[in-house]
Amino acid sequence: MEKLAIKNIKLHYFTSKGVIRALDGVSFDLRAGETLGVVGESGCGKTTLGTALLNMPTPPGRIVAGEILFDGLDILKLNEDELRKQIRWEKIAMVFQGAMNCLTPVYTIRKQMMETILTHRKMTKQEAEERIIKYLNLVGLSADVLRRYPHELSGGMKQRIVIATALFLEPQVVICDEPTTALDVVVQAQIINLLKQLKEQLKLSFIFITHDLATEAEVADRIMVMYAGKVVEIGTNEQIYGPQRAAHPYTQLLMAATPRLRQKVDQLAFIPGTPPDLLAPPAGCRFHLRCPQVMERCRQEEPPLVEVEPAHTVACWRCGHE
Amino acid sequence: MSEVIFEVKNLQKWFPVKRSLGQLLRGQRTWVRAVDGVSFQIKKGEIFGLIGESGCGKTTTGKLIMKLMDPTGGQMLYRGQDVTHLSPEALQAYKREVQMIFQDPYASMNPRFRIREVLTEPLVIHRLGGNEQEKLALAADALTKVKLTPPSDFLDRFSHMLSGGQRQRVATARTLILSPRFIVADEPVSMVDLSTRAELLHMMKEIQQDLDLTYLYITHDLSTARYFTDRIAVMYLGRIVEMGPAGELIDHPLHPYTRALIAAVPEPVPGRVNVIKEIPIKGEIPSAAQIPAGCRFHPRCLFATDECRNLPEPELVQAEPEHLVACRRYKEL
Repeated sequence: MEKLAIKNIKLHYFTSKGVIRALDGVSFDLRAGETLGVVGESGCGKTTLGTALLNMPTPPGRIVAGEILFDGLDILKLNEDELRKQIRWEKIAMVFQGAMNCLTPVYTIRKQMMETILTHRKMTKQEAEERIIKYLNLVGLSADVLRRYPHELSGGMKQRIVIATALFLEPQVVICDEPTTALDVVVQAQIINLLKQLKEQLKLSFIFITHDLATEAEVADRIMVMYAGKVVEIGTNEQIYGPQRAAHPYTQLLMAATPRLRQKVDQLAFIPGTPPDLLAPPAGCRFHLRCPQVMERCRQEEPPLVEVEPAHTVACWRCGHE
Repeated sequence: MSEVIFEVKNLQKWFPVKRSLGQLLRGQRTWVRAVDGVSFQIKKGEIFGLIGESGCGKTTTGKLIMKLMDPTGGQMLYRGQDVTHLSPEALQAYKREVQMIFQDPYASMNPRFRIREVLTEPLVIHRLGGNEQEKLALAADALTKVKLTPPSDFLDRFSHMLSGGQRQRVATARTLILSPRFIVADEPVSMVDLSTRAELLHMMKEIQQDLDLTYLYITHDLSTARYFTDRIAVMYLGRIVEMGPAGELIDHPLHPYTRALIAAVPEPVPGRVNVIKEIPIKGEIPSAAQIPAGCRFHPRCLFATDECRNLPEPELVQAEPEHLVACRRYKEL
């Protein structure tokens, strides 16, 4: 069952230098109860995608085309008020990158969490506090943190609070943008364990955005790889990380560039060059300038996403175009 | 046995904590013991990794070595000479030979400088490199070494016109221009995209071999450390808990803390989804202002006994040749 269906979404930033095509025709779906991992280098449109799903692009960005269907309802057709009442944080919540550093330093945790919940729900303070404590316990914190200020808490605790805040309006889809990047490796593993437990307990669907393929392997049922505002590959965890290897040259190179702890590699691969300028993306396949397997056709025509095996789609002229 | 280029003996750096009026009147003092008795030797031509979580004192150790701050106690020897306290002239000479690459390539460069100015500034400060033309030739040479070619394409750019990876190359070129022997690299690739990270490390390794340099590589990332370094020291709360050859230490960790760190590192392999990972460690890292008595790791250790809590802190002992560990119970675990 599809929770979210994203169809050919285009989000462009209208800057004084020109139009940046940050998302240029992205389509995918998110099933109920699954975690979809979104990976790519910085500037590939991962975070922009997160904001698009809540229909709140950062100015000067605008969604210029496409559909975002939540249980069949196109959220791009709703007005601000409806969005706020029906979708944002009610159905789809987002944990922003670095959100744990955005807790207000002058308020206690109680005050900030209370403010969020009372804005959205008609509840007495008593009820609200009960709900907050329930969710704090769920993320592994005691009610004791309520009277503390953010500076008294560790990074891991703050991240747990941000996750609890995203959850207590009981959304069905949670978007996490680099939720573990700024954390130490032990805390990182703890937060990932927490997200896995929450997914089970609360039957949530997650979109997990990160640049790190290794972290993604631990959380994502399916992985979507983005490059320069486009989807280049979508596959299951097994299809991307398994012995048959990912299909798109970009995914393969990213994988080879990821250092592995448990085996000694003499030389890591790297991808020469930098991602293209999205003000003037290259013709043909957007990866052709850095691709080791480039052909003449790649320079001329843009490859569509095609299914190469069940649940595995790839946008490359070398895959599925015999 | 090759020559030891840098040695640190029982190095300490304590920062005073601001006191309340009551503490002031009672004459109490508390300290954040950021570096609390660290000793190691770095051999000429090796890449030595200093690893730990944030707040473990690894960056402070790097800054002490760079003489950006003075140690509270202990001794530092560079090529056999005591460099713990230096006169201003000796310090100038020292800083020519020991250089640093900083973590943040965005903050470590003056945004109003062109790359030529970024690169020639060390020469100006150290009164080296002759006239303007010769300085520029040295700058171009340094850019060639870090593979930013042709140099003429880069000399007149500003740092904001470069990508993260290119900036970090310029930062490396800037350290090379004084022909140093020893480079402290503090998380040089943590802010660089994954696709260029490997390229940068590879370049740093090549330069190290070509110019016969020694690196101290400070990082929180065990995976790149395994790839990049020869030996690794793991720090916890201001002390080294384990030290050994990179591969050996990661394949056969002895200290419970190292084991927990390694268990926590994710890996790009299938079949890990929906499995809750066991991380053999308890609680959170305590504040360096309140370091636990006994073994400082004991409150978080799954194997701690009364001995670990009550007896004095375990010293680093040799478990295997070259492999040292500071744990009483490593043989039993």
